[in-house]
Amino acid sequence: MSSIYRTLTGGTLRDIALACLAVWFIGLSYGAIAVTSGFPLWVPAAQSVLVLAGASEFLFIGIVAAGGNPIAAALAGLLVNARHVPYGLALPDKIVTGRGWRRLLGSHVMNDESVAFALAQGDLPRQRAAYWACGLGVVLCWPAGAVLGALIGSAIGNTGAFGLDAMFPAVILALIVPALRDWVTVRAALIGAVIALAATPFLPAGLPVLLALGGLAGLLRPPPRPPGRPPLRPPGRPPRRPLRRAAG
Amino acid sequence: MKDPTLVVAGLLTLSAGTFAFRFAGPVLRKRIAFPPRAERLLQAAAVVLLTALVATTALTKGHDFAGPARPAGVLVGGVLAWRKAPFLVVVLAAAATTAVLRLLGIP
Repeated sequence: MSSIYRTLTGGTLRDIALACLAVWFIGLSYGAIAVTSGFPLWVPAAQSVLVLAGASEFLFIGIVAAGGNPIAAALAGLLVNARHVPYGLALPDKIVTGRGWRRLLGSHVMNDESVAFALAQGDLPRQRAAYWACGLGVVLCWPAGAVLGALIGSAIGNTGAFGLDAMFPAVILALIVPALRDWVTVRAALIGAVIALAATPFLPAGLPVLLALGGLAGLLRPPPRPPGRPPLRPPGRPPRRPLRRAAG
Repeated sequence: MKDPTLVVAGLLTLSAGTFAFRFAGPVLRKRIAFPPRAERLLQAAAVVLLTALVATTALTKGHDFAGPARPAGVLVGGVLAWRKAPFLVVVLAAAATTAVLRLLGIP
């Protein structure tokens, strides 16, 4: 992991730091919402370390605060987190490797941001470095934000006023735009997004995003292209531009 | 808060299950040799999932429409990302657009 600094450019590290800062902000609002909903500090603190998956933690707090059964809330949260299975399948082999604690930690730091940063890189060393840098950054920033938010609690006013809720989708969108250059992937992603949006009013949280995988149906037919080409790379164009960098 | 024991049980269920999901993918990936077409499909699957996540977190809150301010901010961020603006600009412009719209009374 000491190679992270040598492998990643300053621009990528800065972008990862910004994504982690966004995670920290969202963690603040999570901790504040948890204590103002009547939970003691240890609930958001323990969840932010052990679960480390924001959307499911918000959902758990929301369901239990509304009088729901905590086990049912946990199952709802697990539905939201089921997307980590296809994430792990999509990550190139050799990113979550090793034995013992390293493998356990490598699995635990898998989240939306670390997967998106990894997939936005051009080659395996950078993918691995970006995955670990972002994953470890989130491991620190999410609990730090949640605990601070819980401590200052109601002192945090309406975080919506600062547009913080637009940050998470913007972070992920900025990371996947470079992968959306080839039409086949764009079509699958758009169909998937429409499926997820259409299902959201009717289905429990988490399920719509999983149903989006139906957008892949169009990719099941053999592509009329020579095999063996790396995925996500449009034909006849230079290799996919790696992660956007801050200019200057 | 409800019965703390039950909350702890729920918390541990969510933690253990989430870790199992995270652990399962790379393990399966190591055990199974995927043909090149399946590899391509798996990579596309991550992009499809992340796009759906963007769409639902930008447009919806719970089971309802989130109001126009948040998707407008994300749209501005998306256009900037497409125009290859720096990451910092994309994320801050998204938050700023949403904040300004809310300041103007748009939810």
